[in-house]
Amino acid sequence: MSDVQYKVAKTVREAASLMLAAKGKGRILAGGTDLLVQMKSGMVAPGVIIDVKKIPEMTTITDTKGSFRIGAATPAAVIGEHKKLKKTWPGVVEAINLIGSTQVQGRASAGGNLCNASPAADSVPALVAAGAVVTIQGPKTRRQVPVEKFAAGPGKTTLKPGEIVVSMTLPARPRGAGDAYLRLIPRTEMDIAVVGCGVSLVMKGDTCVSARVGLGAVAPTVLLVEAAGKALTGSKLDDAALDAAANACSAACRPIDDKRGTIRYRTKIAGVLLRRATAIARDRANGISHQAH
Amino acid sequence: MAKIHVTTIINGAPTEFLCEPNQTLLDVLRDNLGLTGSKEGCGSGDCGACSVTIDGRLVCSCLVLAPEAEGAKVETIEGMAKGDKLHPLQKKFIEMAALQCGICTPGFLVASRALLERNNNPTETEIRFWLAGNLCRCTGYDKIIHAVLDVAAEMRETAK
Amino acid sequence: MSNAPNTSGKYKWIGSRPDRPDGADKVTGRARFAADFNLPGQLIGRVLRSPHAHARIKSIDASKAEALPGVKAVVTAKDFPEQADLTVPAGEMQVNLRDITRNIMAREKVLYEGHAVAAVAATTDAIAKQALSLIKVDYQILPHVIDVGEAMRPDAPVLHDHLMTDGAKPPATKASNIAKRIEFAKGDIAAGFAKAEIVIERDYTTQAVHQGYIEPHAALASASEDGQVQVWSTTQGHFQVRGFCARLLNIETSQIRVTPSEIGGGFGGKTVVYLEPLAIRLSQKSGKPVKMTMSREDVFRASGPAPGGNVKVKIGAMKDGRIVAAHCEVAMQAGAFPGSPVGPACMCSFACYDIDNIHVVGFDVVSNRPKVAAYRAPGAPISAWAVESTIDLLSQQLKMDPIDLRLKNAATKGTKTHYGVTFGTIGMVETLEAAKASPHYQTPVKPGFARGVAAGFWFNVGADSSAAAHVGEDGSVTVISGNPDIGGSRASLALMAAEELGVDYDKVRPVIADTASIGFNFVTGGSRVTFATGLAVVNSVRDLIRELKGRAAKTWNVDPDGVIWENGMAKPAGSNVGTFEPLTIAQLAATAGRTGGPINGHAQLNVTGAGPGFGVHVVDLAVDADTGIVSIGRYTAAQDVGTAIHPSYVEGQLQGGAVQGIGWALNEEYIYNAEGRLSNPGFLDYRIPVASDLPMIETVLVEVPNPTHPYGVRGVGEVPIVPPTAAVGNAVARATGVRMLDLPMSPPKLSAALDAALPRMAAE
Repeated sequence: MSDVQYKVAKTVREAASLMLAAKGKGRILAGGTDLLVQMKSGMVAPGVIIDVKKIPEMTTITDTKGSFRIGAATPAAVIGEHKKLKKTWPGVVEAINLIGSTQVQGRASAGGNLCNASPAADSVPALVAAGAVVTIQGPKTRRQVPVEKFAAGPGKTTLKPGEIVVSMTLPARPRGAGDAYLRLIPRTEMDIAVVGCGVSLVMKGDTCVSARVGLGAVAPTVLLVEAAGKALTGSKLDDAALDAAANACSAACRPIDDKRGTIRYRTKIAGVLLRRATAIARDRANGISHQAH
Repeated sequence: MAKIHVTTIINGAPTEFLCEPNQTLLDVLRDNLGLTGSKEGCGSGDCGACSVTIDGRLVCSCLVLAPEAEGAKVETIEGMAKGDKLHPLQKKFIEMAALQCGICTPGFLVASRALLERNNNPTETEIRFWLAGNLCRCTGYDKIIHAVLDVAAEMRETAK
Repeated sequence: MSNAPNTSGKYKWIGSRPDRPDGADKVTGRARFAADFNLPGQLIGRVLRSPHAHARIKSIDASKAEALPGVKAVVTAKDFPEQADLTVPAGEMQVNLRDITRNIMAREKVLYEGHAVAAVAATTDAIAKQALSLIKVDYQILPHVIDVGEAMRPDAPVLHDHLMTDGAKPPATKASNIAKRIEFAKGDIAAGFAKAEIVIERDYTTQAVHQGYIEPHAALASASEDGQVQVWSTTQGHFQVRGFCARLLNIETSQIRVTPSEIGGGFGGKTVVYLEPLAIRLSQKSGKPVKMTMSREDVFRASGPAPGGNVKVKIGAMKDGRIVAAHCEVAMQAGAFPGSPVGPACMCSFACYDIDNIHVVGFDVVSNRPKVAAYRAPGAPISAWAVESTIDLLSQQLKMDPIDLRLKNAATKGTKTHYGVTFGTIGMVETLEAAKASPHYQTPVKPGFARGVAAGFWFNVGADSSAAAHVGEDGSVTVISGNPDIGGSRASLALMAAEELGVDYDKVRPVIADTASIGFNFVTGGSRVTFATGLAVVNSVRDLIRELKGRAAKTWNVDPDGVIWENGMAKPAGSNVGTFEPLTIAQLAATAGRTGGPINGHAQLNVTGAGPGFGVHVVDLAVDADTGIVSIGRYTAAQDVGTAIHPSYVEGQLQGGAVQGIGWALNEEYIYNAEGRLSNPGFLDYRIPVASDLPMIETVLVEVPNPTHPYGVRGVGEVPIVPPTAAVGNAVARATGVRMLDLPMSPPKLSAALDAALPRMAAE
């Protein structure tokens, strides 16, 4: 007989209450592609597993006047099949669709990716660049937090006891907007990002009127690199602006040496990816489409 | 917690089983239900040898808890042939020597079928990226990709 | 392209591409690999493994584990008898029994993270795992050493107090981690370098890589009260398993019956034992069957990878490209116990070439890592990385086409190697020419891409095989042999049997028998099955034909010399023998009871004359200079394959080996932390190539038949892993101007090398 319990929550409130009642030993089960791996390795030993996949608010995508609300437990494959979301936010969708293999995509969710709080999470730099806002439900209250403020450190979030992530909301997109996410991995698939860079910008003619840059795998949490966004804003995305933004990304890095990359390498790649992601985002803003591969 | 009673449909057959809350679907398929066609190569979703579909969606069964199969339609390699008629992909894999040791083959067949059901005209690149989650150490993937391309072409021919 | 016989060419069946006999089972999931076997009442066995790289075991207290309800047996080293200091073959390598008993279960010391310390058998997996956590091991942690160069230093922590360097000059007086020094010489190396007009010298390194079979080790053992033992195991050699278990447990070989399951990849890594002796002992102690599987992490931590090594190469050549002197020094990791394939690495190093003056030195070095096991041409890829890269440097310096340079120096029939063998009929020149004539090589390199070429060699082996051919009452034929089928060999054996017998392929059913049901067979390895077991099968069919002719002679009441065998039938040799209608096997089978009883043939042999193999690979690739990412654009593997019995499976060997080599070149390596613990024991961070990393792998099958085999068979499985690392490295050098000396050429390392070269290149 095993110690762990498995419960299916029918509403967000119920899920939050179950989390609170578990007194720190509860774990939310969306796709399970992080949780089961951690349980198997012994890293995590939950007392209660709370399955949230039967909660409509957490597994649906809704579009309100151009602003998309993505349920936190929506499988990445479902997100990838949402034509309008993909057209509006190609960078966010391609980032989410880079999490793991096709099999993992069938289950993994952006909410899970966010809550796992790996500094190298693929979805997060694009969500940061997009200015996504996270909706959190506690036992008594609901609150919103910008996605770049959600993680506290590697594997740590700012969730309080009994709180769960319900959805991520993307703001309505003005005309002339484009976003892109690029990551560097040693192979072509199946690797954790050595560096991930999301860029979202709005062009008016050939001038960039706003830009946000998210950088992953180079610090304890995914970074919103404000200096890079500033360097691009107001520019024509010329070499000088790109250099400045790339340097801002490299400067913002506080990476580590590990089995996936060195400090030196990550710092350099941060700048390389910024340039390349910006080029794709700009093309998309100008109506030129890019396929991931 | 006492064992959980799960009611599901596996390869079209209504199936019930008892499982621990933390047992994976892969473990239940192999140990409780005698469906050993899905293999454990890594237990962590990195190799695809345990691939099944749940409600038509390709997944790694080692990353699914057995209780999650409640009310779902699960398809494994054992359901791919119809009676003694092999699926075109199964026939083609044999014909084109798209397997050597065969341990990864069930996973590749399940994953390839899922692809062709969505897209009967994939490019070589699309096939390779779709199947990137299925590791093979024997073939270098070449004959597997050829087999999938050929079956796709045959499917398009039949559809005309 | 399925079962149609090949009507062109000299054979009826050989060279065709029929369906393999185990195909339907493999594509439906019906085929059973070791972890798919279960017995009623079985227990689950689990192994407790050392968390330390090097430590003395002061005590083990398993009492709490033994007392846990559901635990039926616990074993430690005291359950296995001490072994003599005796070295025996294990596949293509040699192993020492005293070391092996310590490798399967640590005795005085643990010598690597993951080293087995104890094992339990319990009614459920969960209980077994809980029992492991209750075993208290008192370790005295010792300093450890991982890197081969570090392990060779005089001040390095010493793993084995008794280990004195065998072959040291002068003889060793104190224990070290250098187990052995070997040396090969041909001609006069000093004179060779003295006359050379160009001398190129470099130091190279490679890292340990794992065979990467997708199926983890697994075994099921069932011991009876009368001393008999049954084992089901995923193995490349079930006779090997029987032999090891017999010695390690003091059981007679005839008391152990090993059935090989289908095997999910081995590549040499499954020619040794890990779980089987433990499962047997646990079964003996508990009185129940015991099933054991390794997790993927345990496979990486505790099963033998291929070694890494440091290789120094120096070659001397004349300006016309003739190589006149070749020197190589290889220091190779053996893991925790001696026995790296440094011998083959030394022997293969210059085997592709006819060079007058050669000197090779090798060192077998232990360090605190898992004991290495064979991996596809063991040792050869490591020296080939260094030698083929150096030859490429020579071709660059001479501005000579890399294939032409190799043609100028190619080994041919009559070339005497530096390890003493003189080549018979070989295909190095033919393979070079075929590579040069290939569609790939004839196509100009695309802009942005660069091309690399490298060659490779492997001896291939023969050794022991037994086979039998039995006729059923209806005339269908079963061909029985004893080699697990890793790559489609059953099909090849059936093709040869069908060809020899003159019947359709579908009428011959190949079967792999367990250790009790067929005579001894050496492992599936050494690229030997199609060659040696094929020969045994052919001979058993010839024996069967002799028997069938004898039955026809009895039926016709003529002299057996008056009967011939043609197209699957017995016929009178001529009209003077008599006018008799031909007799089919079915007809002879129908009357077998009256002509002498069951009709069978058999053969057993120790096969020599295995033809060595040569391969030449060509790769076009692009390097993203900003990121160090290598993209393979086009790849061709050309190889002398003797006769391609089933061409699809021969192509498969070339493609699979090439891709393993590409992984070795670009991303595969063991990464250890400061505590000597493996940081990447999983497929996430041990990065084997995935489908999207690769293009199609083109193959060119060159057929230079091996004169010692009735169908010209030459082993093919191992050569393909030898050239790829240098082929890739040579292309990278031509793409970037930077010569990488250390494997793998992973993006961070390549990027750093490219950046370091920038100031120098800017100055040029």
